[in-house]
Amino acid sequence: MQILKLIAQRIALGILLLFAVSVLIFAGTEILPGDVAASILGQSATPQALENLRRELGLNEPAIVRYFTWLGGLLTGDLGTALSNRMDIATSIWPRLKNTLFLAFWAAVVSVPLALILGMLAVRYRNGWIDKAISGFALASTSLPEFFIGYVLIFFFAVKLNWFPSFSTVHEAMSFGDRMKAIALPATALTLVVLAHMMRMTRAAILNVMQSAYIETAELKGLSQFDIIRRHAFPNAIAPIVNVVMLNLAFLVVGVVVIEVIFVYPGMGQYLVDHVTKRDVPVVQAVGLIFAAVYITLNMIADIAAIVSNPRLRHPR
Amino acid sequence: MFDIKTITVSAWIGLFFTALFLFCAIFAPWIAPYGKAEIVGGVWEPMSEQFLLGTDNLGRDLLSRMIYGARTTVLIAAAATALSFSLGAILGFTAAVVGGWFDTLMSRFIDLLMSIPTLIFGLVVLSVLPSTIITLILVMGLLDSTRVYRLSRAVAADINVMDFVEAAKLRGEGNAWIIFREILPNALSPLVSELGLRFIYAVLFLSALSFLGLGVQPPEADWGGMVKENKEGIVFGIPAALIPAGAIAALAISVNLVADWVLNRTSSLKGGRG
Amino acid sequence: MANPAPKHDGRLLEIRNLRIEATSYPPGEPPKNITIVHDVSLTLERGKVLGLIGESGAGKSTIGLSSMAYGRGGVRITGGEVLLNGRDILKAGKRGIRRIRGREVCYVAQSAAAAFNPAHKLMDQVVEAALQHGTASRAEAEKRAKALFRKLSLPDPDNIGNRYPHQVSGGQLQRVMTAMALCSEPDLIVFDEPTTALDVTTQIDVLAAIKDAIRDTGVAALYITHDLAVVAQIADEIIVLRNGKLVEWGDTQQIIKEPRQEYTNQLVSVHRIDHQEKPATSSPILSVKNVTAAYGHGAIRVLKDVSVDIHPGQTLAVVGESGSGKSTLARAITGLLPPMEGTITFAGRTLANRLADRQREDLRELQMIYQMADVAMNPRQTVAEIIGRPLEFYFGMRGRQRDARVAELLDKIEMGKGFADRYPAELSGGQKQRVCIARALAAKPRLIICDEVTSALDPLVAHGILRLLLDLQAEEDVAYLFITHDLATVKAIADSIAVMYRGEVVRYGPKSQVLTPPFDDYTDLLLSSVPEMEVGWLERAISGRRMASAGN
Repeated sequence: MQILKLIAQRIALGILLLFAVSVLIFAGTEILPGDVAASILGQSATPQALENLRRELGLNEPAIVRYFTWLGGLLTGDLGTALSNRMDIATSIWPRLKNTLFLAFWAAVVSVPLALILGMLAVRYRNGWIDKAISGFALASTSLPEFFIGYVLIFFFAVKLNWFPSFSTVHEAMSFGDRMKAIALPATALTLVVLAHMMRMTRAAILNVMQSAYIETAELKGLSQFDIIRRHAFPNAIAPIVNVVMLNLAFLVVGVVVIEVIFVYPGMGQYLVDHVTKRDVPVVQAVGLIFAAVYITLNMIADIAAIVSNPRLRHPR
Repeated sequence: MFDIKTITVSAWIGLFFTALFLFCAIFAPWIAPYGKAEIVGGVWEPMSEQFLLGTDNLGRDLLSRMIYGARTTVLIAAAATALSFSLGAILGFTAAVVGGWFDTLMSRFIDLLMSIPTLIFGLVVLSVLPSTIITLILVMGLLDSTRVYRLSRAVAADINVMDFVEAAKLRGEGNAWIIFREILPNALSPLVSELGLRFIYAVLFLSALSFLGLGVQPPEADWGGMVKENKEGIVFGIPAALIPAGAIAALAISVNLVADWVLNRTSSLKGGRG
Repeated sequence: MANPAPKHDGRLLEIRNLRIEATSYPPGEPPKNITIVHDVSLTLERGKVLGLIGESGAGKSTIGLSSMAYGRGGVRITGGEVLLNGRDILKAGKRGIRRIRGREVCYVAQSAAAAFNPAHKLMDQVVEAALQHGTASRAEAEKRAKALFRKLSLPDPDNIGNRYPHQVSGGQLQRVMTAMALCSEPDLIVFDEPTTALDVTTQIDVLAAIKDAIRDTGVAALYITHDLAVVAQIADEIIVLRNGKLVEWGDTQQIIKEPRQEYTNQLVSVHRIDHQEKPATSSPILSVKNVTAAYGHGAIRVLKDVSVDIHPGQTLAVVGESGSGKSTLARAITGLLPPMEGTITFAGRTLANRLADRQREDLRELQMIYQMADVAMNPRQTVAEIIGRPLEFYFGMRGRQRDARVAELLDKIEMGKGFADRYPAELSGGQKQRVCIARALAAKPRLIICDEVTSALDPLVAHGILRLLLDLQAEEDVAYLFITHDLATVKAIADSIAVMYRGEVVRYGPKSQVLTPPFDDYTDLLLSSVPEMEVGWLERAISGRRMASAGN
C-alpha cells in the first residue's frame, strides 16, 4: 500500500530528524567557543582545578566519543547529572514535565475548540463585522509579547481584583481544584498567545475549501448550506484543520517557556531558563532535546494526518 | 512607488508610530530628560510632572530609559533583520535559480534548523555563548534567516518556472540578470511585507530573551530587559513593567499595520505600475 | 421526466430582459459597477437544445447560470425575469430556488475534474441530487445511474460508480457529470463548455454521448461554448452573444449557412485563410535526426526517434494531442531538455545538446513564442523594455537607435508607438501575443518555434495572429515550427506537417500529401475528429471511425 509506505517514510524522517537535531544541539553547546569548566568555576579558577573538573566531566575525550556517550545515556533514560547542583537530571525533569503538560493540555482544551469555532464563524460571516473583529484581534495578538499579556492578566485579575494568585505555585499535595485555580491565568495567557494564529489558519483552510468548484456543484444540486458544509466541505477540510491544530500545539509548547517564567510556574520552561542562566550545559541539552522532540512529533502528526485524509493516496488508481 | 492618496487610515497610524519610535531611537541622547543610568528619585515613584512615566526599580527616570531602550531595541532588531534578510534572500534566490545539489543541500539543512523551535535553539546556544550585543545579533539573524530562506526560495521558485524566465534563459542571459532583473522585481512585494514581519519577530524575540535575562545585559536598557527589572512591582500594583511591554506591543502593531498595507496594496496589482 | 404532463404550453424557459451586474475593484480606485448582461431575452421549448455562443466576456455562462438563479463570484441579477415552467424563479426565495436546482435544472461544468468532490465516490455524488429532492429511492437512483453510465458508453458501467474522481480520466469524468445531471430527471440541463478542456479525439466521443442522451431522455438543454462547429452538431437553435448583448438568434442551419449579422459571419468564416503550400528545398534550416529524449534520467521516454526538417521561410506544423510529445520536441530543439540520442542541425551547424553549451548566434537565430502570452512577459517591464532587451543583448543597440528599432517593430506587429510605455497587464490578450512576436522578431531570427500560440485566444483574435505570422513570414523570410493541437490552424498555415502520437512521428510530409488519403489509423482519427461547421457531421464522423480515441 502506497499510503502505509508514505507514513512509514514520514516516521523514518521524523526519527532521522531527531537524531540530526541531537547532533545539532550537542554540537551547538560543545563546539562553540566557551569552556564549561571555566564557566562553572569562574574567572579565578586555578589551572589545576580546571583540569580536574574537565577530567571529571569527560571533557578531555574527543567530541564524537562524548556525543555517543551522551546519546547512549539518552536512549537508556539516563539524562546525566546537572553541573550546578549535581542532581540527576531525569529525576528533576519528571515532575516538571508533568506540570508543563498539565498546563499545555488545559490551554489546548480551551484554545483548540475556541479557535475552530471562531474560525468557522469568520468564514460564515465573511467580510462582516465578526470577521473584521477577528482579523483585527489576530493582528494585535500576533504583535503582543507574551509577557505583556501575562502581566496585564496578573495586574488586573490577581493584583487589582484578587481573583487568582499572581504566582502559579503548584506542588504534589495540591487538590485538583487548587491546581486549576493556579493555572487559570497562565492557561489563559497561553490561549491568547496561540488563539489568533490558529483562528486565522482555520479561516484560511475552510475558505480554501469553500471556494472549490465542487462546492458550487453542491450548491447547484439544491443542497442546503448545512448539508454543503457537512457533506462536501467538512471531509476536505479535516486535513488542513488537523494540520493547523498540530502546528499550533507545537507553537503552544514553545510559548510555555516564557509563560512559565512570568507566572513562576515550576515546569520545563522555567527549568530550562534557570539552567541557561547558570550555563548548566547537560540540563540545557536534555531539556532542549525534549522540547525539540515534542515539536518534531507534533509536526510529524500533522503531516501524517494530511497523508491519511488525502483521497488520492487513500484510493490509488 | 506609493501614491499618498492610497494610504489607509490604519497605515497612517502605523506609519506615525513607527516614525515616532524611530525618532526616539535616533535622537535618544538629545530628547531624553535624564541619563539612562542616572538615579534621580525614589524607587517606583508614580507618574508626575517631574517624571512623566514615574521612576523604575532603582529610582531612574522611566521615560529616559524608555527612550534609550527604544534605541537598543530597534538597533539590535534592525541589525538582526538586516542580517537574516540578506543572508536568507540571497541563499534562497540562488537555491531556486541554480537548483541541483546546492538547492537540495541548503533546503535539507534549513529543514533541520527549522525543526527546532527558534526560542529553544536560541536558549541552547546562548547557554554557552557570552551575552554581548554582537552575539545576540548573530544568533537572532542566523536563526531567523531560515524563514526568509524558505519564503524567498518558494517565491523565486514560483517565478523561475514562468515562461518569461525561460525566455530569458533561451536568450542566453546569465544568472545575475535572471535573479536581479527578472525574478527580484516580481518577488519584491511579498519580500517587503515579510521584512516588516521579520522585524516584528526580531523585536519580540529580543524582548523575550532580555526578559528571560539572556539578552541585553544591564546597565544597558532594552524594553524586554526593563520588563524584567520592573516585574517585581506588578504584585504591589505598580504598573512600571507594563509600560515597556506596552511599547513593544505598540511598535509591533504599528509595523504590522504598515506591512499589511504594503502587502494588500501590491498584491492587488498583477504587475506594471505600482 | 419529473413533470411528464406539461403544466404549461411547450415553453420551458423564458428569460425576459435579463440584466446582470458585478462590482469590480480596480486597484487604487473606488469600486465600480459593471453590467455584464444587457437586457437579454430568450425562450426555450421543452426538449429542445439552445446553443449560446460567444467569445470570452460575452456573458454566456452568466446567462446560463441565471436559469438556476445563480450568480457566480459576486455577480448579481439586477433586472428582468427568468420563467421556468411558468413561474419566475428569481422571486422563488432561497428555499424555492433550492427546490429547483438539481431537480428541474441541472448543471454540467467545464472542468468535471474540479467539479467533483475528491472525497466521495462517484455514485454517491451522482445520486445525491435525486435523493436530496426525494425523486427516487437510493436503489432506484443507482439503477438509473447505471443505465445512464451505459448509455453514455462509460466502461464497466456497473462498477464505475465505486471509483473516486481522480481514478477516472477527464473524458470519462465529463460523461459521469452528464449522468449526474440526468440522474434527477430534470427538465433542463445547462452544459457549460463541457468539451472545451478535452482533447479533440475525446471531445467527439463525449459530444456524441451527450447528444444521444439528450435525444433519448427528451431533456432540454442550454449548450454554452465558444466553438460554433461544436454547437452546430448539437443545438436546434443558436444565440450569438457579444459583450453581454444578443447579436443574432436563429436556427442552427441559418446561423452557420446564412448569418445575417456581420459579427456572426466573422465567427463562421474564421478559419478561412488561403495559404499556398511552398515546395521543400534541398537545404533545410533545421534538421532533427533520430532524436530521442526522456525525463527523469531516461526513465520516461517522451520522444522516440523523431526526424523532421524545416525549410527556410516555411512552416512545419507539428500536430498531436496532449501527451503526444509535441511540446517536448520544442524543448529538445531549444536545448531545455537535452536529447539522449540523435542530432539537431541548424543552418548547417550541429547544435550543442545543452542550452548552456550553445553559441549566442544559435540562440539569437532560434527564437520562441509561447501559448500564454501573459506569463511569457515580465509583468514589471514595459513593452519597450521587453522588445528592446534582445536588441541590447544581441546587437548592443542603445538609446535612440534602440527606441527607433522598437518603434519599427511595434509598427510591424500593427501596434502604435503609444504602446511602448505600457505594461503587459494593460494590454489585451491579442496585443500581448503580438508583443511576444515582436520580441522574437527583434533578434532577427531564422526560425521561430510557436508553441500553441493561438490556443488561449478567442477565434477572431487568433485569426488575426495567424494572418500576422503569415505576413511576417513573407516579409522576413523566417521559418516557423508551429506546434498545435488544432487542425484547422494547421490547414491555414502549414507548408509541411508532422503528426505526433505517443512520442513518435506517425505521419510526415508536405501538407497536401499528409492531408490526402490513404491515412494511417491515427491520422484518420485525428482528422475525422475536427468538428466541421455542418449539421450532421458528428454522426458521419462517428460511423466512419476505425480507431478508438485515447480518452477511452
